[in-house]
Amino acid sequence: MAEPKQNPDKGFLEFVHDFYTSMKDNEIKLVYEGKVTHQITKAFIALAEAQMEKDEEATKVQRVVFHVMVECLQNISRHADEYEPGEALYSGKGVFMVSNTKEAYCITTGNAIYTKKIPELEATLKEINGLGVDKLKELYMKQMREGSLSEKGGAGLGFIDIRRKTGQQLDYHFLPISDKISFFLLTTLIPRSL
Amino acid sequence: MEALKKAGTEDSPEIILDREANNMELSGRSLPEDVITFYEPVLSWIEEYSKNPLENTVFNFKFSYFNTASSKVILDILTLFEEMIEEGNHVLVRWHFADDDEDMQEAGEEYSDMVDVPFEMVMYS
Repeated sequence: MAEPKQNPDKGFLEFVHDFYTSMKDNEIKLVYEGKVTHQITKAFIALAEAQMEKDEEATKVQRVVFHVMVECLQNISRHADEYEPGEALYSGKGVFMVSNTKEAYCITTGNAIYTKKIPELEATLKEINGLGVDKLKELYMKQMREGSLSEKGGAGLGFIDIRRKTGQQLDYHFLPISDKISFFLLTTLIPRSL
Repeated sequence: MEALKKAGTEDSPEIILDREANNMELSGRSLPEDVITFYEPVLSWIEEYSKNPLENTVFNFKFSYFNTASSKVILDILTLFEEMIEEGNHVLVRWHFADDDEDMQEAGEEYSDMVDVPFEMVMYS
């Protein structure tokens, strides 16, 4: 049986230091990797709220950050596909990051999705990005009226809501992981001047 | 008819559905883990109530926040009121919003456009 290491090796210490420096350089305030449960969602929004309160952030900005965080976290918990073959169809695992600069908050999520789902997802994101304020409102109302809550509790409204609340384009990327699985990244900027 | 009451939590609204006291209200935050399960008793209560409603029904929405999944259920509730009105009942929705919360005000205005139910917008500070 391997003995637990008494002294972490130098490589690991350097990694921790680099990681810390990199977080500082990118002004990353929160990073999480793993399963996004409802408990995790509640903990993160409580944390962000307390911090924004302390920073005396404008109420409007606080509300939008809150909205975006909830929708992003619930997206991961409801839609993230399994990264590796397993029993559960939806793994609910992903990466969640919050950073902020003088100008804006930045919320980034990343999670695995089946590559075959990309065309439909991308078409949705493109459609939402291409719409102006009034059309977004129409789409939201149409989706509320005609859409039904999925088994996972999603209403297909999250992306539209994020776009409407922030006034920003949805910034997304897909990176291949294997022939069947891709990594879906979504970055949302929330200007502090909202 | 038995009242349905539930205290609010950090992720779910306070529920007061009390026919006898003429008090019907949802208030606070709504981002429950399972929206369908959480709101099922609310929808059932209102359906039951609609069979024998008060002469004037006033329903208060006083949310400080709701997620998109909840927004769909709110529309379901409003649709029940619309059906009550079609059957000849009087229903008024009072939509409360904080004076600095334009998004909540707009949400109320959008709902009032979507359903044939009278809305009263109530601003609070």
